Amino acid sequence: MPADAITPLLLTLKVALLATALATVFGVAIGKLLGRKRSLLRDTAESLLTLPLVLPPTVLGYYLLVLLGRRGTLGGWLQENFGISLIFTWQGAVIASAVAAFPLILRAARAAFAAVDPQVENAARTLGLGELKLFVRVTLPLAWRGVLAGALLALARAMGEFGATLMVAGSLPGRTQTLSLAIYDAVMAGDDARAQTLVLICLITSVVLLIAAAQLLRRGRPERGA
Amino acid sequence: MRRSGFLLAAVFALATSFAHADDLTVSAAASLANAFTELGHAFEAKHPGDKVVLNLAASDVLLKQIEQGAPSDVFASADEATMDRAAQANLIDPATRRDFAGNVLVLIVASGIKPPANLADLASGTYMHIALGNPDSVPAGRYAKQVLADAGLWDKLQAQLVPTQNVRQALDYVARGEAQAGFVYATDAAAQKGKVDVAFNVTTATPVRYPIAVVANTKHAQLARDFAALIVSPEAQTVLARYGFSAP
Repeated sequence: MPADAITPLLLTLKVALLATALATVFGVAIGKLLGRKRSLLRDTAESLLTLPLVLPPTVLGYYLLVLLGRRGTLGGWLQENFGISLIFTWQGAVIASAVAAFPLILRAARAAFAAVDPQVENAARTLGLGELKLFVRVTLPLAWRGVLAGALLALARAMGEFGATLMVAGSLPGRTQTLSLAIYDAVMAGDDARAQTLVLICLITSVVLLIAAAQLLRRGRPERGA
Repeated sequence: MRRSGFLLAAVFALATSFAHADDLTVSAAASLANAFTELGHAFEAKHPGDKVVLNLAASDVLLKQIEQGAPSDVFASADEATMDRAAQANLIDPATRRDFAGNVLVLIVASGIKPPANLADLASGTYMHIALGNPDSVPAGRYAKQVLADAGLWDKLQAQLVPTQNVRQALDYVARGEAQAGFVYATDAAAQKGKVDVAFNVTTATPVRYPIAVVANTKHAQLARDFAALIVSPEAQTVLARYGFSAP
């Protein structure tokens, strides 16, 4: 494998995995908070939080650039108090990908938690289990498959993230140039050979991930029937 | 059922009857955005019913689109090299190729940042991010890379360089303060006068010249030639001068 094809691959995996982890933490927490009850307030909240999925990636990227940039509300605060700048960094890419992938986990998590039999949860409560322990030891283990399915969708979304990442992190070779950005730059530069190599790597990585995901979801499924 | 079919046919007939006017697709380098928008309106005023559709991007990207058969009628690039490649691939009508404007590469800084005294100053810690067009696909970036390489600074500044998709994106990053300095054309700097300051003009290895040509596979040959003729006319030169372009 040519050396300059490994770098975008490793960077993509790093960014996508971290972004998925970040999105999962928030998706699970907010999915639990939104809960089983369907009210106008809760459903509106979920719809607003699903915006990143509906907005064009460039719009998402623009808002993130404005928010996280030097003169932005969050970015300015980070710059002043911690000297941190997220623009043009892989950390910024992680945040952009996480925001883009978050809605996928949120919906899957909320649905998965709602599908857990309330009788089981109530039984645990009568046995004296506190809410947090209940969530960790009863709800999550019962809902893990739905959450994992959402996380895998989020991973796929994060791996393919392009528009928002491009605006926030730029396409800096070796630092923020993920596979999708590297393919785009190669095509724009007229380097079709490099583009084809990178596309092939992207394809193989995606297939491997999908097969691993299918295996993960199948394992642990209780044998039905006899 | 039959009545709705009749209505649908009537709507189609009405819709297609408006399609007799011609749409002229002009692929122009990003730095020509403002000037060509105004010139496009001027052309439309002279040719009522016809519309100028501006397709703006880095010159190499435009070339790639034309190469792959995108329906473009006119091509205006920001350097001779890209137009040469278009000519070599027989994508343009060589008889219609003309230079219509010149430009100057400048080093800009975000408002409030201390301008560097010269190129070597860029290596100092003040300029953490220096924006420039990606040299692989943007003429402005190629000019900048040539200048930096000639000054022996290209390798030294690698960690600070932020390559962008076109020259206007480089301008935007500096205007936002995300990049402290950047290489753009004088005309681009003028477009964001309040937010960026020009540190100095950069002498490029070859003068920055914009050629325009009619695309070989155009479906509106006469209209395309008229547009190219307008661009090289004295009237257009006045407009271009107003945006900061120099004579070719």
